[in-house]
Amino acid sequence: MRSRGKSSTKQVDKVFKALADSSRRELIDRLHARNGQTLSELCKGLAMSRQSVTQHLGLLEDANLISVQWQGREKLHYFNPVPIHEIYERWIRKFEQERLAALHNLKNKLERI
Amino acid sequence: MSNEKFVYVTYIATTPQKVWDALLKGELTRQYWKHENVSDWRPGSTWEHIADDGKRTVKLVGKVLECVPNKRLALTWGNVADSADTAKHSRVAIDIETVGAMVRLTVTHDELSPEMQIRIANGWPRVLSSLKSFLETGCPLDTWA
Repeated sequence: MRSRGKSSTKQVDKVFKALADSSRRELIDRLHARNGQTLSELCKGLAMSRQSVTQHLGLLEDANLISVQWQGREKLHYFNPVPIHEIYERWIRKFEQERLAALHNLKNKLERI
Repeated sequence: MSNEKFVYVTYIATTPQKVWDALLKGELTRQYWKHENVSDWRPGSTWEHIADDGKRTVKLVGKVLECVPNKRLALTWGNVADSADTAKHSRVAIDIETVGAMVRLTVTHDELSPEMQIRIANGWPRVLSSLKSFLETGCPLDTWA
């Protein structure tokens, strides 16, 4: 398989960095519970300044974990799970498969004894 | 119908034409989606989402709303049982834009029933990840294995 190259590695770094912060994970959870919220809606009940929320949303958008759509004059934020799915495929499922293959081989060997 | 809308975005190192072909040309779509999307792609025509299962089972149906090659495809998207009742269909818009050296592919899906909402929430991230891998490396993800 051909490598996806440096730009793709950088993009994955951004996703891990964006996820390595509890405030940003909370924002993702809130959008997962209700997609398409405005900045004001997202700020409600959070112990964070509007400015911090804006910065966090910017980082999430840069990591492609949030996409933004305009509805009239309202800027709505949508959670985008695609990069997390790519991490799952690359960093979780792959290792699960190796473990399952190892178990399968063990079973075959034991049954042959 | 829920008011909830889902927006899925992926950036792919490819061209708009290649993304378009991968979505519409069965011989390509089969490789990373295990399904084909079949229609004459004229606005008003029907389209079908057909499984590559040897029996060519129709899994989804809908109408073509808009078709602008290499740019935008808008569809209704419903269960086979509701093929005549487009009011029960959800709506999908697929937008393809060039951003620098990449293509941004955005799938916006709304007017969903709770059942369809679960299906698409599980489906689109897998399809888009597999499509990205297919176009960038030549290898799809074996996500349906």
